[in-house]
Amino acid sequence: MPESYAVAAHQFDDLEQQQEASSLGIWVFIATEIMFFGGLFTGYTVYRTQYFASFVAGSHLLDLKLGAFNTAVLIGSSLTMALAVYAAQTGKRKALVVFLILTMILGSMFLGIKFSEYATKYEHHLIPGIRFAPEGAYPPQMELYFSFYFAMTALHALHMIIGLGLLAVLVGMAARGRFSPESHNPVEVIGIYWHFVDIVWIFLFPLLYLVGGR
Amino acid sequence: MSTVSVEDPERSESPVHYLNIHYGVKSWLLTTDHKRIALLYLASITFFFLIGGTAAVLIRMNLLTPTGLLVEPATYNKLFSIHGIVMVFFFLIPSIPAVLGNFLVPLMIGARDLAFPKLNLLSWYVYIVGGMFTLYAVIAGGVDTGWTFYAPYSSTYSNSHVMATALGVFITGFSSILTGLNFIVTIHKMRAPGMTWFRLPLFIWAMYATSVIFILGTPVLGISIVLIALERAFHLGFFNPALGGDPLLFQHLFWFYSHPAVYIMILPAMGVESELITCFSRKRIFGYSFVAMSSLAIALLGFLVWAHHMFVAGVSMYAGMVFSILSYLVGVPSSVKVFNWTATLYKGSISYSAPMLYGMGFIGLFSMGGVTGMFLASLGMDVHVHDTYFVIAHFHYIMVGGAVMAYLGGIHYWWPKISGRLYPEGWARFSALVIFLGFNLTFFPQYILGYLGMPRRYPVYPPEFQVLNVMSTAGASILGIGYLIPLIYLIWSMRYGPVASSNPWGATGLEWKTASPPPTENFEETPVVTEEAYAYPSREVKVA
Amino acid sequence: MKHHVIHPLTYFLVFFTLLILTGVTTAVGFYDLGRWNTVVALAIAVCKATLVVLFFMHLRYSGALPRLVMLGGLFWLALLIGLTLVDNLTRGWDPAPRGWETTSSAQRP
Repeated sequence: MPESYAVAAHQFDDLEQQQEASSLGIWVFIATEIMFFGGLFTGYTVYRTQYFASFVAGSHLLDLKLGAFNTAVLIGSSLTMALAVYAAQTGKRKALVVFLILTMILGSMFLGIKFSEYATKYEHHLIPGIRFAPEGAYPPQMELYFSFYFAMTALHALHMIIGLGLLAVLVGMAARGRFSPESHNPVEVIGIYWHFVDIVWIFLFPLLYLVGGR
Repeated sequence: MSTVSVEDPERSESPVHYLNIHYGVKSWLLTTDHKRIALLYLASITFFFLIGGTAAVLIRMNLLTPTGLLVEPATYNKLFSIHGIVMVFFFLIPSIPAVLGNFLVPLMIGARDLAFPKLNLLSWYVYIVGGMFTLYAVIAGGVDTGWTFYAPYSSTYSNSHVMATALGVFITGFSSILTGLNFIVTIHKMRAPGMTWFRLPLFIWAMYATSVIFILGTPVLGISIVLIALERAFHLGFFNPALGGDPLLFQHLFWFYSHPAVYIMILPAMGVESELITCFSRKRIFGYSFVAMSSLAIALLGFLVWAHHMFVAGVSMYAGMVFSILSYLVGVPSSVKVFNWTATLYKGSISYSAPMLYGMGFIGLFSMGGVTGMFLASLGMDVHVHDTYFVIAHFHYIMVGGAVMAYLGGIHYWWPKISGRLYPEGWARFSALVIFLGFNLTFFPQYILGYLGMPRRYPVYPPEFQVLNVMSTAGASILGIGYLIPLIYLIWSMRYGPVASSNPWGATGLEWKTASPPPTENFEETPVVTEEAYAYPSREVKVA
Repeated sequence: MKHHVIHPLTYFLVFFTLLILTGVTTAVGFYDLGRWNTVVALAIAVCKATLVVLFFMHLRYSGALPRLVMLGGLFWLALLIGLTLVDNLTRGWDPAPRGWETTSSAQRP
């Protein structure tokens, strides 16, 4: 990391070119992430069309209220992230640090709730590959549903954990006064990443929790 | 613009350039100079080429006799798997983009470096880490699933080192993604003043189109490998019919990347070809915008055809028809390029330097590979020749006869720029011819073998196929020698070759307007572009 | 590229809209509407995602290129899913059964 962001790196002509480059760069990266998660969405779609009843049964075993609350938490973290970007744009250093930390807290809360859901699944023997044994009769492909549930939410959670790491780095840089209204691109770039992870969840929530009305 | 230059325009005190500005291992392993990173890649992919090539030698030796086995059948499975995995993921896919692309993209657009030099270095390290995992798998006993990792064999039943190999390929995928990201941003944002999109060298258009494929395709390979790993580790049922899964889902996800991957391999080669043809016919490219747009068309259309690898796997008949029609479509932009290169040659002032020999070989061999691709797009023909040596011949004509020839042509063409030295032209022409002859002797018989029904991935075959197999193995030996010769003289030339001027070929292009080798910052001053690409003077018609 | 400064008020409005939409989609989840459950849930998700992309990610004020990249990515995902479904949804349409298949190809014995 260069010492100060107020000077363009040697390969760029000026700061504006550098900022445009990093903004385009994160959007291109988002496109790769769309395709990465997209593979899982494809598999999910294929099996949902084939085994709808199994997917309904699996979905109904999830705690819808908790999932909805968690969705609200994550959306809240997007709000705080957007406010952090605003603080960086307007040079409010303390507000920037506060909002970044709030984003981290909400993100951690999301992960905490997620892992408590995982723990519940473990108690009810609903984790495929680790003695999948639901109570009572269940449609045969419900295990496949749960395979997707865990694969998709775990991949999402991994992205959140990486995001928390990036945010921690941002907090350190912001606290040391590395950002200014003219030069705060890392905040915007990581903000875009964070919002994308939120968008993935915005789709995961209905696809996993809202299959068939209850 | 410089004409053909006499050597040694520099003073007697040696100029400082990117190779001699710093010495020492650290200055190479921690470099962020795109030119040095290109050379790091050059060394690494050559290493992997030798490994993949060794596997090929063993395969061809085993196939000298119909039933005599040089290796156990189980080992044979590992040999062709390793050959495919190493050649595809660790040689072909990085080759032109990571070596020539990294070296030339900033130079050709007039920039000082790529947009993200540190990401560029990271990309190389990621490639190396992935390569190490795969190398471990090879040494520990290999993988026998074929480079295609089909489920449920790879996810459930294989006892070979699937996880390590899968991890290696997964990691290396990120190297491609980072390179593609770097190129796209660089080409959009860092062109020199006056370098509009339609003044870009066609090599840059090709790199751009390739990068689009890197971005949109590689992640899907990544996720399909993750699913194989999860299924293998946790006995999940994504692709296992016994647990409700569909093996074809894996194939859909795998080929969604792996078909565009073959365009990753050929598009950069086509970009090199445009540079070679124009320089060595001393002529503007015929139909610049068609060639440029056809690169994008190939990149985009190439994503719509993947299930032609699955015609006999169990896809529905309707899907087969859809993908068959789409596969025919993708041949159109490739043909556009071939027509345009040929039209460029017409009435050009052609010189038969080594790069041009590779370039002309490319047109013929790529065309042959390409039309056999059209055979394969036909549902009826494909049912007959699927999983036979016909397919093997088809893709080797394109990947080896096409991409590798273009790669070698490009390496020779830009060698003076990269190393500051001239390679020995006599030896270079000789090896180009050896490679061309060896290649055709290796792979042409395979078209016939496949059409007659010899299946691929089998260590034995019916005795009536022996003559053709012996021819193929003989060709492979010649081809191998042909590849070794440039390895030797190129390394030799780095020390003993004549010093090169900034533009020994008298070519157009910004890369030739700076010293050979270039300084670290590429240009003394940022160039300003005022003319079209390939602005060779129009020739008056020569009176015979 | 000018970095548009979006006023926090806009962010709060978007946030509350997102919360409301989340509430609606959750409430709908407690009723059985047949296939409309899926339609409504996905439609609401698309609305929410659009709000996040336009305002939180500033795409409303970005140039053509970031928009092209985002739309391109989404379109490409649609191609992946769509063309895969061309196979999966038409498996039962073959006029003559192949003998070794029972009902759907996923339920192999």
